Amino acid sequence: MKMKETILEIKNLKKNYDELNVLKNVSIDINKGEVLVIVGPSGCGKSTLLRCINGLENIQSGDIYLKGEKISNRRKDMHLVRQKIGMVFQSYDLFPHMTILNNILLGPMKSQNRDKKEVTKEAEELLMRVGLLDKKDAYPRQLSGGQKQRVAIVRALCMHPEIMLFDEVTAALDPEMVREVLDVMLELAKDGSTMIIVTHEMQFARAIADRIIFMDKGEIIEESDPETFFTNPNTDRAKKFLNVFTFNTAKGD
Amino acid sequence: MQDLGISVLFQGKNFIRLLGGLWITVRISLISVIISILLGIVLGMIMTMKNPVISAITKIYLEFVRIMPQLVLLFLVYFGVTKAFGIHLSGELSAIIVFSIWGTAEMGDLVRGALVSIPKHQYESGKAIGLTNIQIFRYIIIPQTVRRLLPLAINLVTRMIKTTSLIALIGVVEVVKVGQQIIDASRLSVPSAALWIYGVIFFLYFIVCYPISLLATKLEKVWKD
Repeated sequence: MKMKETILEIKNLKKNYDELNVLKNVSIDINKGEVLVIVGPSGCGKSTLLRCINGLENIQSGDIYLKGEKISNRRKDMHLVRQKIGMVFQSYDLFPHMTILNNILLGPMKSQNRDKKEVTKEAEELLMRVGLLDKKDAYPRQLSGGQKQRVAIVRALCMHPEIMLFDEVTAALDPEMVREVLDVMLELAKDGSTMIIVTHEMQFARAIADRIIFMDKGEIIEESDPETFFTNPNTDRAKKFLNVFTFNTAKGD
Repeated sequence: MQDLGISVLFQGKNFIRLLGGLWITVRISLISVIISILLGIVLGMIMTMKNPVISAITKIYLEFVRIMPQLVLLFLVYFGVTKAFGIHLSGELSAIIVFSIWGTAEMGDLVRGALVSIPKHQYESGKAIGLTNIQIFRYIIIPQTVRRLLPLAINLVTRMIKTTSLIALIGVVEVVKVGQQIIDASRLSVPSAALWIYGVIFFLYFIVCYPISLLATKLEKVWKD
């Protein structure tokens, strides 16, 4: 078997908000092309973990390495690190005063100094792939939530990140729009993107994940392949967590 | 031709004098507005800081200026400060000081409001695509702040222009004061002069303020679509 290249290493990460320990000693390695899905109850620290990776939160101890380079708690040049990490947020957060195309061009042109023509071509290709090329001159407010989220994904992709972080990207969407966003992510996974996904969509998690991490109260409780995790979880806490979803499904049927 | 009061406007240099008064009004407004906008932007940024001492001081300043009628502020500076400290301030200078103090407070609050209305996630999205802090301000925060701010700031400017009519009361011969002088001078010959002169003054204010408020409406529309 070919040696897998590690993209991201998280070692003994600890994060506190004042007295509260949000993350206690979290360690994760992610290989190139791997899709890691993090699940867990609200407030378990999974979103905070993503924010720490991208340097949006300071950490108290531990280290994060991106392709062997230490990126945690850097004062200087964090923006250069963030260029290599794509992040998509729950509330999409397009820039409302710019057209869709300009939203996508801003990062590549201003932070990476890339040529406008070249980036425009790439942006249009990506927009075509997510079915939104006809919206390129529209403004974010003219788009539905699902459309905005697809644009936000394209905006992150256009930076050519080493790894993509998805922070509950469908949580703010109407149910009928969830699918179109998840389909885009599935396609990225097929293309071999490295991704960390935080989600509450369990069926989607099962379909897309190479590996599932279950977190509770700031700790990794269980780490396994999706099949094992969803059919036969090792820990009681994971069983209890998954039960919540089956109960919901039963009621929905 | 006693009933044609408008004729008083064309006697002697009356109309030129009114325009001269209008120029004083516009000049005082313009200087105060420029000072207010510059200082107001700085004040607004200071007001977004979370330091409790700074926020207490700015809050007191803002409330003080808002609670005091502008006329009282004018009297306070023109009659009070000059007497108490034995310094001579011309009416025009007093007016500029008062309108700048008032305008800065109002403008500062508008800037603060516009800045805090930009969601935190706009900054984070900018960071996530690798922009530096300066780039985030330049391309994301300032354009959005200006869009929110400009219509409000323009309204403030028209309010300031209108309120300068109060400075007639501290002896500055601006457009309203010139009007009063003309009316007083022709009280016996043209009794209806007040109607005509104040009517003309109304139109003069309208001519100055209306384009500004049109601009505000237009900008709001452009940025909405």
